[in-house]
Amino acid sequence: MSNTAKVISSAQFPSDMLTQYGPALDAWFDQRFIQKTKELEESKIPALAIIATKGTMDWAYPPFILASTASALGWDVSVFFTFYGLELLKKELHLEVSPLGNPGMPMKMPFGPKWFKGINWNIPNAVMASVPGFEKIATGLMKKTVKNNGVATIDELREACIESGVNLVACQMTVDLFGYTHADFIPEVKDWIGAATFLPIAQKSDVCLFI
Amino acid sequence: MTTTAQEVDARGLNCPLPILRARKALNGLQQGQLLQVRATDPGAVKDFDAFCKQTGNELVSSSQTGGEYIFQIRKN
Repeated sequence: MSNTAKVISSAQFPSDMLTQYGPALDAWFDQRFIQKTKELEESKIPALAIIATKGTMDWAYPPFILASTASALGWDVSVFFTFYGLELLKKELHLEVSPLGNPGMPMKMPFGPKWFKGINWNIPNAVMASVPGFEKIATGLMKKTVKNNGVATIDELREACIESGVNLVACQMTVDLFGYTHADFIPEVKDWIGAATFLPIAQKSDVCLFI
Repeated sequence: MTTTAQEVDARGLNCPLPILRARKALNGLQQGQLLQVRATDPGAVKDFDAFCKQTGNELVSSSQTGGEYIFQIRKN
Protein backbone atom coordinates (compact mmCIF):
# COMPACT_ATOMS: atom_id res chain seq x y z
CA MET A 1 0.00 0.00 0.00
CA SER A 2 1.37 3.37 -0.96
CA ASN A 3 0.94 6.42 1.27
CA THR A 4 1.33 9.00 -1.51
CA ALA A 5 -1.60 11.28 -2.29
CA LYS A 6 -4.16 9.62 -4.45
CA VAL A 7 -4.73 10.97 -7.91
CA ILE A 8 -8.42 10.89 -8.51
CA SER A 9 -9.33 9.79 -11.96
CA SER A 10 -12.51 10.96 -13.57
CA ALA A 11 -13.65 7.34 -13.66
CA GLN A 12 -14.07 7.50 -9.85
CA PHE A 13 -16.63 10.31 -10.01
CA PRO A 14 -20.24 9.37 -10.29
CA SER A 15 -21.15 10.16 -13.87
CA ASP A 16 -23.98 12.52 -12.89
CA MET A 17 -21.50 14.62 -10.85
CA LEU A 18 -19.13 14.80 -13.81
CA THR A 19 -21.92 15.94 -16.06
CA GLN A 20 -22.95 18.57 -13.53
CA TYR A 21 -19.55 19.95 -12.44
CA GLY A 22 -17.12 18.81 -15.15
CA PRO A 23 -17.47 21.72 -17.59
CA ALA A 24 -17.28 24.29 -14.76
CA LEU A 25 -14.15 22.63 -13.35
CA ASP A 26 -12.56 22.57 -16.79
CA ALA A 27 -13.30 26.25 -17.32
CA TRP A 28 -11.96 27.12 -13.84
CA PHE A 29 -8.77 25.17 -14.48
CA ASP A 30 -8.19 26.76 -17.90
CA GLN A 31 -8.62 30.22 -16.45
CA ARG A 32 -6.30 29.55 -13.50
CA PHE A 33 -3.74 27.96 -15.79
CA ILE A 34 -3.63 30.98 -18.10
CA GLN A 35 -3.41 33.33 -15.11
CA LYS A 36 -0.61 31.34 -13.43
CA THR A 37 1.36 31.00 -16.68
CA LYS A 38 1.12 34.74 -17.21
CA GLU A 39 2.28 35.43 -13.65
CA LEU A 40 5.24 33.09 -14.10
CA GLU A 41 6.20 34.66 -17.42
CA GLU A 42 6.02 38.17 -16.01
CA SER A 43 8.10 37.36 -12.95
CA LYS A 44 10.73 35.44 -14.89
CA ILE A 45 14.06 37.17 -15.46
CA PRO A 46 15.17 36.44 -19.04
CA ALA A 47 18.62 34.93 -19.43
CA LEU A 48 21.11 35.38 -22.26
CA ALA A 49 24.12 33.12 -22.85
CA ILE A 50 26.69 34.09 -25.46
CA ILE A 51 29.63 32.06 -26.74
CA ALA A 52 32.27 34.53 -27.97
CA THR A 53 34.78 32.84 -30.24
CA LYS A 54 36.34 35.62 -32.33
CA GLY A 55 39.22 37.89 -31.44
CA THR A 56 39.08 40.69 -33.99
CA MET A 57 37.79 44.21 -33.43
CA ASP A 58 34.73 43.85 -35.67
CA TRP A 59 33.71 40.55 -34.07
CA ALA A 60 34.22 41.97 -30.59
CA TYR A 61 31.22 44.27 -31.00
CA PRO A 62 28.29 41.83 -31.19
CA PRO A 63 28.96 39.98 -27.90
CA PHE A 64 29.70 43.14 -25.91
CA ILE A 65 26.81 45.17 -27.39
CA LEU A 66 24.29 42.41 -26.83
CA ALA A 67 25.57 41.55 -23.36
CA SER A 68 25.63 45.15 -22.10
CA THR A 69 22.21 45.92 -23.60
CA ALA A 70 20.61 42.74 -22.23
CA SER A 71 22.01 43.62 -18.85
CA ALA A 72 20.51 47.14 -19.13
CA LEU A 73 17.16 45.48 -19.85
CA GLY A 74 17.50 43.62 -16.57
CA TRP A 75 18.42 40.26 -18.06
CA ASP A 76 20.74 37.74 -16.51
CA VAL A 77 23.76 37.56 -18.84
CA SER A 78 26.68 35.18 -19.21
CA VAL A 79 29.38 35.30 -21.86
CA PHE A 80 31.65 32.31 -22.40
CA PHE A 81 34.90 33.33 -24.11
CA THR A 82 36.63 30.56 -25.95
CA PHE A 83 39.43 30.18 -28.50
CA TYR A 84 40.21 33.57 -30.11
CA GLY A 85 37.43 35.10 -28.03
CA LEU A 86 39.87 35.16 -25.11
CA GLU A 87 41.59 38.10 -26.79
CA LEU A 88 38.56 40.16 -25.73
CA LEU A 89 39.42 39.61 -22.07
CA LYS A 90 43.07 40.65 -22.22
CA LYS A 91 44.12 43.40 -19.81
CA GLU A 92 45.33 45.49 -22.75
CA LEU A 93 43.13 45.18 -25.80
CA HIS A 94 45.01 45.11 -29.09
CA LEU A 95 42.19 44.15 -31.40
CA GLU A 96 42.60 44.51 -35.12
CA VAL A 97 40.28 44.24 -38.06
CA SER A 98 41.17 42.44 -41.27
CA PRO A 99 39.61 43.15 -44.66
CA LEU A 100 41.39 40.04 -45.96
CA GLY A 101 38.98 37.23 -46.70
CA ASN A 102 36.18 39.58 -45.65
CA PRO A 103 34.56 40.72 -48.91
CA GLY A 104 31.53 42.12 -47.06
CA MET A 105 33.63 44.76 -45.35
CA PRO A 106 33.36 48.18 -47.01
CA MET A 107 36.63 50.10 -47.33
CA LYS A 108 35.75 53.73 -46.76
CA MET A 109 37.73 56.72 -45.65
CA PRO A 110 36.63 58.33 -42.36
CA PHE A 111 37.76 61.83 -43.41
CA GLY A 112 37.25 64.34 -46.17
CA PRO A 113 34.03 65.64 -47.75
CA LYS A 114 30.89 63.51 -47.78
CA TRP A 115 31.29 62.36 -51.39
CA PHE A 116 34.82 61.18 -50.60
CA LYS A 117 33.71 59.32 -47.47
CA GLY A 118 31.05 57.59 -49.52
CA ILE A 119 33.49 55.97 -51.93
CA ASN A 120 33.96 52.24 -51.44
CA TRP A 121 37.62 51.50 -52.23
CA ASN A 122 37.35 48.19 -53.91
CA ILE A 123 40.85 46.87 -53.28
CA PRO A 124 41.51 43.32 -54.51
CA ASN A 125 42.44 40.73 -51.86
CA ALA A 126 45.73 40.02 -53.62
CA VAL A 127 46.76 43.66 -53.21
CA MET A 128 45.67 43.82 -49.56
CA ALA A 129 47.59 40.64 -48.80
CA SER A 130 50.84 41.92 -50.31
CA VAL A 131 50.90 45.39 -48.77
CA PRO A 132 52.75 45.23 -45.44
CA GLY A 133 50.84 46.83 -42.57
CA PHE A 134 47.55 46.82 -44.46
CA GLU A 135 45.68 45.52 -41.43
CA LYS A 136 47.17 48.22 -39.21
CA ILE A 137 45.89 50.83 -41.64
CA ALA A 138 42.45 49.19 -41.86
CA THR A 139 42.28 49.02 -38.06
CA GLY A 140 43.22 52.68 -37.75
CA LEU A 141 40.56 53.68 -40.27
CA MET A 142 37.94 51.56 -38.51
CA LYS A 143 38.75 53.12 -35.13
CA LYS A 144 38.42 56.58 -36.65
CA THR A 145 35.07 55.64 -38.23
CA VAL A 146 33.83 54.29 -34.88
CA LYS A 147 34.80 57.52 -33.15
CA ASN A 148 33.25 59.74 -35.86
CA ASN A 149 29.93 57.93 -35.52
CA GLY A 150 29.66 58.03 -31.74
CA VAL A 151 29.91 54.26 -31.54
CA ALA A 152 31.34 52.96 -28.28
CA THR A 153 34.84 51.55 -28.11
CA ILE A 154 35.27 47.91 -27.15
CA ASP A 155 36.86 49.03 -23.88
CA GLU A 156 33.77 51.11 -23.04
CA LEU A 157 31.37 48.27 -23.81
CA ARG A 158 33.44 45.79 -21.83
CA GLU A 159 33.49 48.20 -18.90
CA ALA A 160 29.69 48.56 -19.17
CA CYS A 161 29.37 44.77 -19.04
CA ILE A 162 31.57 44.57 -15.95
CA GLU A 163 29.72 47.41 -14.21
CA SER A 164 26.32 45.87 -14.82
CA GLY A 165 27.40 42.48 -13.52
CA VAL A 166 27.60 40.44 -16.72
CA ASN A 167 28.99 37.03 -15.87
CA LEU A 168 32.23 36.84 -17.87
CA VAL A 169 33.59 33.32 -17.95
CA ALA A 170 36.46 31.94 -19.97
CA CYS A 171 37.62 28.65 -21.37
CA GLN A 172 40.42 27.05 -19.34
CA MET A 173 41.35 24.72 -22.20
CA THR A 174 42.11 27.71 -24.45
CA VAL A 175 44.39 29.17 -21.76
CA ASP A 176 46.40 25.92 -21.74
CA LEU A 177 46.26 25.53 -25.52
CA PHE A 178 47.64 28.98 -26.34
CA GLY A 179 50.04 29.10 -23.38
CA TYR A 180 48.32 32.00 -21.60
CA THR A 181 48.30 32.59 -17.87
CA HIS A 182 45.34 33.93 -15.87
CA ALA A 183 47.39 37.04 -15.16
CA ASP A 184 47.14 38.01 -18.87
CA PHE A 185 43.43 38.68 -18.40
CA ILE A 186 41.29 41.19 -16.55
CA PRO A 187 40.58 40.15 -12.94
CA GLU A 188 36.84 40.47 -13.59
CA VAL A 189 36.80 37.07 -15.30
CA LYS A 190 34.48 35.29 -12.87
CA ASP A 191 35.54 31.75 -13.60
CA TRP A 192 37.71 29.52 -15.75
CA ILE A 193 35.50 26.77 -17.00
CA GLY A 194 35.02 24.04 -19.56
CA ALA A 195 32.22 22.99 -21.89
CA ALA A 196 30.58 20.86 -19.20
CA THR A 197 30.18 23.90 -16.95
CA PHE A 198 28.98 26.26 -19.66
CA LEU A 199 26.37 23.97 -21.22
CA PRO A 200 24.08 23.92 -18.15
CA ILE A 201 24.23 27.77 -18.15
CA ALA A 202 23.26 27.73 -21.84
CA GLN A 203 20.52 25.21 -21.18
CA LYS A 204 18.81 27.51 -18.67
CA SER A 205 19.04 30.56 -20.94
CA ASP A 206 16.19 31.90 -23.03
CA VAL A 207 18.51 33.22 -25.71
CA CYS A 208 21.78 31.50 -26.59
CA LEU A 209 24.07 32.90 -29.26
CA PHE A 210 27.26 31.59 -30.83
CA ILE A 211 29.34 34.51 -32.06
CA MET B 1 3.55 68.80 -13.67
CA THR B 2 6.61 66.90 -12.57
CA THR B 3 10.12 68.16 -12.65
CA THR B 4 12.93 66.25 -14.22
CA ALA B 5 15.14 64.66 -11.58
CA GLN B 6 18.04 64.04 -13.92
CA GLU B 7 19.10 64.66 -17.50
CA VAL B 8 21.27 62.50 -19.70
CA ASP B 9 22.97 64.00 -22.71
CA ALA B 10 23.39 61.16 -25.19
CA ARG B 11 23.73 63.42 -28.22
CA GLY B 12 26.26 62.16 -30.74
CA LEU B 13 26.24 58.69 -29.20
CA ASN B 14 25.18 55.62 -31.12
CA CYS B 15 23.52 52.31 -30.24
CA PRO B 16 23.62 50.99 -27.52
CA LEU B 17 25.23 53.87 -25.60
CA PRO B 18 22.07 56.02 -25.09
CA ILE B 19 20.33 53.02 -23.50
CA LEU B 20 23.33 52.16 -21.34
CA ARG B 21 23.63 55.76 -20.12
CA ALA B 22 19.90 55.89 -19.38
CA ARG B 23 20.05 52.62 -17.46
CA LYS B 24 22.89 53.93 -15.34
CA ALA B 25 21.05 57.16 -14.58
CA LEU B 26 17.82 55.30 -13.74
CA ASN B 27 19.71 53.14 -11.24
CA GLY B 28 20.47 56.28 -9.26
CA LEU B 29 16.87 57.53 -9.24
CA GLN B 30 14.01 56.71 -6.90
CA GLN B 31 10.68 55.31 -7.93
CA GLY B 32 8.45 57.93 -9.54
CA GLN B 33 11.32 60.27 -10.46
CA LEU B 34 11.64 61.51 -14.00
CA LEU B 35 14.64 61.08 -16.28
CA GLN B 36 15.12 63.06 -19.47
CA VAL B 37 17.37 61.78 -22.25
CA ARG B 38 18.48 63.81 -25.24
CA ALA B 39 19.77 61.84 -28.21
CA THR B 40 20.56 62.21 -31.88
CA ASP B 41 20.57 58.52 -32.83
CA PRO B 42 17.36 57.87 -34.84
CA GLY B 43 17.47 54.23 -33.71
CA ALA B 44 16.96 55.43 -30.15
CA VAL B 45 13.24 56.03 -30.78
CA LYS B 46 12.42 52.34 -31.12
CA ASP B 47 15.08 51.34 -28.62
CA PHE B 48 13.70 53.49 -25.80
CA ASP B 49 10.20 52.22 -26.49
CA ALA B 50 11.42 48.62 -26.23
CA PHE B 51 13.64 49.41 -23.25
CA CYS B 52 10.77 50.89 -21.26
CA LYS B 53 8.39 48.06 -22.15
CA GLN B 54 10.94 45.48 -21.09
CA THR B 55 12.05 47.15 -17.86
CA GLY B 56 8.61 48.28 -16.72
CA ASN B 57 9.58 51.96 -16.62
CA GLU B 58 7.11 54.43 -18.07
CA LEU B 59 7.96 56.23 -21.29
CA VAL B 60 6.13 59.46 -20.49
CA SER B 61 7.02 61.13 -23.76
CA SER B 62 9.09 60.60 -26.86
CA SER B 63 9.46 63.63 -29.07
CA GLN B 64 11.59 65.13 -31.79
CA THR B 65 12.72 68.72 -32.15
CA GLY B 66 15.14 69.64 -34.89
CA GLY B 67 17.59 66.78 -35.17
CA GLU B 68 17.15 65.84 -31.54
CA TYR B 69 15.09 63.24 -29.78
CA ILE B 70 13.89 63.78 -26.25
CA PHE B 71 12.68 60.95 -24.06
CA GLN B 72 11.10 61.28 -20.65
CA ILE B 73 11.13 58.18 -18.53
CA ARG B 74 9.51 57.69 -15.15
CA LYS B 75 11.27 55.17 -12.98
CA ASN B 76 9.06 52.39 -11.78
